Amino acid sequence: MQTAIDIHSENPRRGRAAAIASLRAENVHKTLGTHPVLRGVSLAAYPHEVISVLGASGSGKSTLLRCLNLLEVPDSGEIWFRDEKLDIRPPAGRNGARIGDARQARRVRASLGMVFQSFNLWPHKTALENVMEGPVHVRGLTRRAATECAEHYLRKVGLIERRDHYPRHLSGGQQQRVAIARALAMEPEVLLFDEPTSALDPELTGEVLRAIRSLAEEGRTMILVTHELSFAREVSSRVAFMQGGRIEEEGPPEEVLSRPASAGLRRFLDPVC
Amino acid sequence: MGGFEEQFLRGLETTVLVAAISGAFGMLVGLAGAAAKLSRFRALRMVADAYTTIVRGVPELLVILLVYFGGTAALTALVGSYVEVSALWAGVFSLTVVFGAYATEIFRGAIQAIPRGQTEAALSIGLAPWQTWLLVILPQMARIALPALCNLWISLLKDTSLISIVGLSDIMRVAVVGAGSMRDPLTFYLAASALYLMLTSFSLLTFRLVERRMLAPVH
Repeated sequence: MQTAIDIHSENPRRGRAAAIASLRAENVHKTLGTHPVLRGVSLAAYPHEVISVLGASGSGKSTLLRCLNLLEVPDSGEIWFRDEKLDIRPPAGRNGARIGDARQARRVRASLGMVFQSFNLWPHKTALENVMEGPVHVRGLTRRAATECAEHYLRKVGLIERRDHYPRHLSGGQQQRVAIARALAMEPEVLLFDEPTSALDPELTGEVLRAIRSLAEEGRTMILVTHELSFAREVSSRVAFMQGGRIEEEGPPEEVLSRPASAGLRRFLDPVC
Repeated sequence: MGGFEEQFLRGLETTVLVAAISGAFGMLVGLAGAAAKLSRFRALRMVADAYTTIVRGVPELLVILLVYFGGTAALTALVGSYVEVSALWAGVFSLTVVFGAYATEIFRGAIQAIPRGQTEAALSIGLAPWQTWLLVILPQMARIALPALCNLWISLLKDTSLISIVGLSDIMRVAVVGAGSMRDPLTFYLAASALYLMLTSFSLLTFRLVERRMLAPVH
């Protein structure tokens, strides 16, 4: 507990009581098929926090992330974006849970940048066009302003010289950096990373992690689902360990990762024992 | 060929016209059909399934006859006196229905071949579903569907010959009439074959060019 207070005092804007969470999940349940993937998960990201969500495959961490921007609609529980509760309709009869207010969902998604494990760049568009799509069609910028915006973020991830390349002509690491630029070009309030390096060859993870680290250092609010333990330890203000659809442990990385309380996390951190 | 050249020319016009109109409408039907098949509404899915199952399961010739005689019967009942459906519009309607059913399956398959992540990436930046369709799904679907659409278009061109049975003066009809009246079937059927072959070859060439253009940037 002492550590937690120390962390907050070093940056007053991180004070939990004072600030309102940028993004918050409250007691979220989600069943996919017949498998209960999330069984009552609460997680809040306060401004400038970097939260890493750890856990074995199938623990529900990706589903949690996807629930936060409604790519997956929770069966029950609440998602809050700042002071706004997202309109979610619970399952009814044969139909699963669904989005109640499509316009709200679009607006909130536009403020939550998402970076996917498999990049999901659009193959029929160049790097620049991939990044421009949001600024033009969602933010309503002119093509000229959108081009400038896209170039700015491509420069930021070090790929401005690849602006006219199609995804196929980029390495996995470069594709993921373009995907990060695409998310940034929406000027999002929160960035969500869904195992951003898991689909990459080991020698390509470095460039992507460097890009993510520099975003963390800028003070961006981020939630990062990852298997990169040492990276999570370095960049996170908080880590959450998930197991069996619940958050098993949560706290500052130096505390949670050095002195795991649960048997599950101990096993996860040191599978050899 | 005893003055049949000009008639062949007009038959060629009719064939191209019928194919072009049915093809254009059939594409729209196919898009709507594919959207219905992939819809979250069960009723829509069932209607679309019934449509493609029935139409693809019945010979094209029968579809034409059913539309022609069925349409005539329906219009007659509606108006109160005998009204005959025009062969041209019965033909266009039937071929649209047929083309649409196959196009539905082609488009459905092409859409399903697009990884889910493509749509998710679009939704995640806040694009509306219609923007996602227009900007992300349609361009990628078109590339995947193109070879199958080319096949379908070629079949359509040739299926127009079936409409001659209800009296449309297309290439086939001219050939049949000419063959009968000039007592020289081989010449007339060869001439008709040459015209169809010309149309299909031209189509294949066009599709190949389009395909090359569309695929160029991705590969």
